[in-house]
Amino acid sequence: MSGMHRNWISRQRFIQLAAAVLFNGYAAGFQKGRIFTGNSKGICVPVLNCYSCPGALGACPIGSLQTALGGIRRHFPFYVLGMLMLFGVALGRVICGLLCPFGLVQDLLYKIPFWKKKVPEKIDRPARHVKYVILLVMVCILPAFMVTETGITPPYFCKYICPAGTLGGGIPHLMANPQLRQAAGALFGWKTLVLILIAAAGMVIPRPFCRYLCPLGAFYSVFNRFSFYQMHLDLDRCTGCKTCEQVCPMAVEAAKDSNSPECIRCGRCKNVCPAHAISSGFSYKQTADRQA
Amino acid sequence: MKKIDGNYPALRLGILGAAVIFIVIGLMRREMLEVLGKAVKICLECIGIG
Repeated sequence: MSGMHRNWISRQRFIQLAAAVLFNGYAAGFQKGRIFTGNSKGICVPVLNCYSCPGALGACPIGSLQTALGGIRRHFPFYVLGMLMLFGVALGRVICGLLCPFGLVQDLLYKIPFWKKKVPEKIDRPARHVKYVILLVMVCILPAFMVTETGITPPYFCKYICPAGTLGGGIPHLMANPQLRQAAGALFGWKTLVLILIAAAGMVIPRPFCRYLCPLGAFYSVFNRFSFYQMHLDLDRCTGCKTCEQVCPMAVEAAKDSNSPECIRCGRCKNVCPAHAISSGFSYKQTADRQA
Repeated sequence: MKKIDGNYPALRLGILGAAVIFIVIGLMRREMLEVLGKAVKICLECIGIG
């Protein structure tokens, strides 16, 4: 690993850690096993960060979306959708690469010395579509159209899949509250199993949850091509050495599609490129760089 | 819509405008309070208890 690449990784880790602390800054919550109840909880954060995490200072957009669609009022989620669109069009998936605490967890898991495996393309390619199915079915369609006796539809994604909720919310609450420990049953067992499987996969392949399962990443991926934050590839400089592809945690062919929906904009390609052909930044109009 | 080498400036501004309008409509419909109401209580389902 080159010194420049190492410097970028530590800078990326610093940003990820700062974001995790910013979104989960209520330290007393972890100690007391309570959650923050201030007004900032009415604002959606851009990342997958459970609002029941003891430290959470804002609301999870995926949880809020399911609440709007399947709650007592059942309405079109103008506010949450507007926030998600705002984050998406401003940054695209740079949110996944630099701001998401569960992305940081996966990055750290992949650093554990363990058997590493490249997912065969015939499995990888179709499996990447699963996150879009989860977004449509579990986050939107089921909460909106499934009617229960109480009139309130459970947040299916949060209830049955979300590993960030188990890690950031479930485990800390169970550690701090003996009463909740007694209430934990088969559902918590299932969610713990999901978390363990994702964590185990995270030691073998980079970012498995972001690649295959995350509905928030699926939503932001739609915005990658036209967000204000863009990756730029200078084709005049690119030598086609594919060094960028070797370091990409999402296995994106940066030289072919620098703003691929799968790109989480972690910036590793930019920092390993020996020809300095890749750059990134905010732009309204096209820069002088030629694009792939 | 003019496309400049993979970027869509009109589309990007249109989505930005739509996002701001959605947020304003949501605030007028007091949807932020609904988010707040949900987020200040421990969601047992979200953490895998209930």
